[in-house]
Amino acid sequence: MPSVSMNVNGRSVSGDVEGRTLLVDFIRQHIGLTGTHVGCDTGQCGACVVHVNGDSVKACNMLAAAADGSEVTTIEGMANADGTLGVVQQAFQDHHGLQCGFCTPGMVMTAADLLNRNANPTEQEVREYLEGNICRCTGYHNIVKAILSAAATMRGEQIAAE
Amino acid sequence: MYNFDYAKASSVADAVAALGADEAQAISGGQTLIPTLKQRLAMPSTLVDLTGVAEMQGIEASGSAVKIGGATTHHAVATSADVQGAIPALAALASGIGDPAVRHKGTLGGSVANNDPSACYPSACLALGATVHTSGGDVAADDFFQGMFDTALGEGQIVTGATFPVPEAANYQKFVQPASRFALVGVFVAKTAGGARVAVTGASESGVFRWTAAEEALSANWSADAVPAAPSADGMISDLHGSAEYRAHLVAVMTKRAVTAS
Amino acid sequence: MPKDSGIGASSKRREDVRFLTGTGNYTDDINIAGQHYMYVLRSQVAHGTINSIDTSAAASMPGVHGILTGDDFAEVGGLPCGWQIHSRDGEPMKEPAHPVLARGKVRHVGDPIAAVIATSLAEARDAAEAIDVDISELPAVVDMKAAVSGSAASVHEEAPDNLCYDWGFVEENREAVDEAIKSAHHVTTLELVNNRLVANPMEPRVAIGDFNRASGESTLYTTSQNPHVIRLLMGAFVLGIPEHKLRVVAPDVGGGFGTKIFHYAEEALCTFAAKKYNLPVKWTSDRSEAFITDAHGRDHVTKIELALDENGMFQAIRTDTLANMGAYLSTFAPSVPTWLHGTLMAGNYKTPLVYCNVKAVFTNTVAVDAYRGAGRPEATFQLERVIDKAAREMGIDPVEIRRRNFIGADEFPYQTPVAVAYDTGDYHGTMDKLIEIADFAGFAARKAESASRGKLRGLGVNAYIEACGIAPSNLVGQLGARAGLFESATVRVNAAGGIVVMTGSHSHGQGHETTFSQVIAEMFGMPEDMVEIVHGDTARTPMGMGTYGSRSLAVGGSAMVRAAEKIIAKAKRIASHLMEASVDDVEFKDGVFSVAGTDKNVDFGSVALAAYVPHNYPLESIEPGLEETAFYDPSNFTYPAGAYACEVEVDPDTGVVEVCSFHAADDFGNVVNPMIVEGQVHGGLAQGIGQALREAAIYDPETGQLLSGSYMDYAMPRADDLPMFDVDHSSQTPCTHNPLGVKGCGEAGAIGSPPSVVNAVIDALQSGGHDVAHIDMPLTPNRVWHAIQSAS
Repeated sequence: MPSVSMNVNGRSVSGDVEGRTLLVDFIRQHIGLTGTHVGCDTGQCGACVVHVNGDSVKACNMLAAAADGSEVTTIEGMANADGTLGVVQQAFQDHHGLQCGFCTPGMVMTAADLLNRNANPTEQEVREYLEGNICRCTGYHNIVKAILSAAATMRGEQIAAE
Repeated sequence: MYNFDYAKASSVADAVAALGADEAQAISGGQTLIPTLKQRLAMPSTLVDLTGVAEMQGIEASGSAVKIGGATTHHAVATSADVQGAIPALAALASGIGDPAVRHKGTLGGSVANNDPSACYPSACLALGATVHTSGGDVAADDFFQGMFDTALGEGQIVTGATFPVPEAANYQKFVQPASRFALVGVFVAKTAGGARVAVTGASESGVFRWTAAEEALSANWSADAVPAAPSADGMISDLHGSAEYRAHLVAVMTKRAVTAS
Repeated sequence: MPKDSGIGASSKRREDVRFLTGTGNYTDDINIAGQHYMYVLRSQVAHGTINSIDTSAAASMPGVHGILTGDDFAEVGGLPCGWQIHSRDGEPMKEPAHPVLARGKVRHVGDPIAAVIATSLAEARDAAEAIDVDISELPAVVDMKAAVSGSAASVHEEAPDNLCYDWGFVEENREAVDEAIKSAHHVTTLELVNNRLVANPMEPRVAIGDFNRASGESTLYTTSQNPHVIRLLMGAFVLGIPEHKLRVVAPDVGGGFGTKIFHYAEEALCTFAAKKYNLPVKWTSDRSEAFITDAHGRDHVTKIELALDENGMFQAIRTDTLANMGAYLSTFAPSVPTWLHGTLMAGNYKTPLVYCNVKAVFTNTVAVDAYRGAGRPEATFQLERVIDKAAREMGIDPVEIRRRNFIGADEFPYQTPVAVAYDTGDYHGTMDKLIEIADFAGFAARKAESASRGKLRGLGVNAYIEACGIAPSNLVGQLGARAGLFESATVRVNAAGGIVVMTGSHSHGQGHETTFSQVIAEMFGMPEDMVEIVHGDTARTPMGMGTYGSRSLAVGGSAMVRAAEKIIAKAKRIASHLMEASVDDVEFKDGVFSVAGTDKNVDFGSVALAAYVPHNYPLESIEPGLEETAFYDPSNFTYPAGAYACEVEVDPDTGVVEVCSFHAADDFGNVVNPMIVEGQVHGGLAQGIGQALREAAIYDPETGQLLSGSYMDYAMPRADDLPMFDVDHSSQTPCTHNPLGVKGCGEAGAIGSPPSVVNAVIDALQSGGHDVAHIDMPLTPNRVWHAIQSAS
């Protein structure tokens, strides 16, 4: 059994896994972070998106062993240090960008990944970046609004900080 | 999934040695392989991970060619200034594969070696006249792709990269299958010193192919108007997303659009 | 000025914080010490006779604790059907047994054959592969017309012709309808398919069974929209567990859309196995399994005829429908194509005569049951498509023909010819609003701009009405329901003045914790965060029927209001004692009791405290405590209605349809939280547009295999498939018979949108010179392109 260790949300974790253990199973079952969800088995829905070494990836489409030594961020690592909602999370609440909440962790992680790369996306760029995240509740309208709003907030913060 | 051992290769030689084991199989980005394993459609004894092989990483561009390592992700290709500068159509193709999370993991080598009939990269290889680098030597793209999921790769061999000659003009048009977002029909056109090359993915039951009638017409006149009538529907894929006739029609439409956009 | 709290405020959802931080509690997030895992071995063929099942090799494999087959359920019941329909000849529907695990035969791909319980899911699956099942395959039938042709295989021996029922409505109008159609100035006929859909909530179904040997109590954690219904059905009809020994918990549920209403075999299997083996047993569906086990939706084939006079006034409607039941009758399946469908065939119009014939058909496919809208989308689609076709045939503007036939705002209450009586509505009003927000005046310019890019632009319009807030129990009982459809709430005032509401409604994305709190906060004049909403646990809530049919606020909210009114009435009596005044003189406003014409007052918190610390208290006449329960049974359905418009661009070279804009003008009556209401409409629109353009569950007609059995082939709408929506709910004719005046908004978008999308595509093609009268949904590029080719 391979032993893996990785840094998840700033915390070092390790464990013995099988070769077939998926990263998402390691996150949900071995370290008990159940915010990352599994909504399909073909790599399409994106409910399992986490960041590995700064890139959004589908945790159900990656072996835990392949993430050995990585820096992993999950939805549980997205709040501010004081526990308040981070900018993207807050925008989702402010704009009603979630209903049942099941796709939400993946949506937030993908949105954060987009905004890390593109501080000023257009509506079309937001929609295209969400290609691998399926939501059945919202019709995406308010998710797109939330992400555009988060982008604006983040740009504002950057301007204020300068 | 059935269980398997996991081994991370550090060099091509290391990978090839590991793949010599009975029922060992290579894994690169895993974006196609892992869903296949979940369905228990494959039962490897060992998965040999190629993503840590340093010599399979990276992009080298010269004036006349772009060489891309087999373990280079679609994201890396899509965002590479070198690729964007030399063969923008190739960067654009990479930027349209799967979704952002898939592009962060999926690799050129995995796509080329798998030769899924709806994958994008094989059409670029074929249209640009790429050389596919394998652990068993270099193979011309024309000889590499041998039908749906079938390639010139021998047992235990891997794709280590590909070199794409820089064309005079090129473009890739992908008509997506509405559910999977794979290519229902994808057409890569390239205007090269040796004439026009048109490669079609997604459409044929024989996998990626060159549409020679269009190549001849476009070699004489590189314009959308020159694109011939749709090819025969015989041998085209027919499924719930599109009839053979529809796919054949789209081949012509996408070819015209690609030439116009090139 | 928008309010910032209470009824009418767009209060932010309190649920969101846990969902946004990964601390939601979905069923699969629950793990119980000692938990084992269940894997279900399923039929890979659509129809076959089980000759033998040999589990001996599997039973000795590593980690295996037990294996269940159909024989283990010989002594318990099958999965019950909750609604009985009678055929036109008075005979009850054919109701074949629905075993928990297949016995004798398998009848669809995915039919469960055996359940393996092991220490890990992988071990359970490994063992399942070692079970030797010998099946002789039989011919399968998946197409409804083939199924009733007389030459097809029989899915059940009890129904050799594959007919579940042959229902007629309104039977006494049948001859008059026939006569009206025969003698009409114009008859428009349309044959159409309402495509089979998969609900696809993003959370797959999960069940965990647990058993407490000390108390003898079984607990089921499940992804359900109605835990009390599951407890009743599973306890009383399947496993024979009395309700006081059975607890059903539906914690955070990741979407339902109807398909999580029903009682499924895996719930019974986990509960049964947990007790038998004295182990917690967990089953988690993967998505591929969901596609072949979750009840599907829609799947009607209909011929509709609309008779009109020379002025385009509707004279009569006649429909013939085949409705797919699948291989077994799911919980509410028989009601969907009948009472939830036929009663809506009058639409928003004054059509005097309606007759619907519905033949429900068994096929070798997974069960079909309610999916968002359930019966009402099918009715709306037929009606609004045939009206559009009639308008085109008669040369009348599609808005104008609808307006001529609308029930006027001054004609309510309106008795339709299809049993239901609409209480309120203003169909001209929502159409006026639609025309305003959708800028019909600018369409010609937009169409010209599209044409300049080689695209065909089309505008499609439709009206819709739905019957929601299901429903008066005595009425549905007459119609064949085997359950009541009331709702319940207990309102508990704590000694320090906070309020806990325990509701029988269940939220799986609707935001009840927020909305219900807003209503209570308004009634008691307190901050919303002083109110807690408890739902989803039979041990913590009164017997309630759950959430579907846009009923939560209209029925569940009404129960809550009634319970709260009882609290206020009792609190007034306590307050009158504290203020030494006559109870008739006590007023309650903004959280304070006062005596009219005096400065005497006492706040609600003081009254609550007095109720629990009854020192100065009229114990001889009032019980201490402040907790009340109400059960609310509505006197009628509610009737949300509206008008929708869709603009599309069609690429004639590829058949691609792009939705350029979608406008919705809805009348939901009063609105508690506009933000949530708009979100509900957005989601419904996405599902309706998905149905119209992309989604289809397609079975191979020969093998009965589901061809669109994953997201690789079932086209879920993605973010880049949809536009921003423009929704309006400012037309408000409050419901007259529930205390909040609310009508329900959860299904409107899915019910109202498919016809306008299809109408828009037909408009684009017709105005572009392509003589296409109809294309069956989904209007995929392939279908649209072929339609264009056939027309030219």
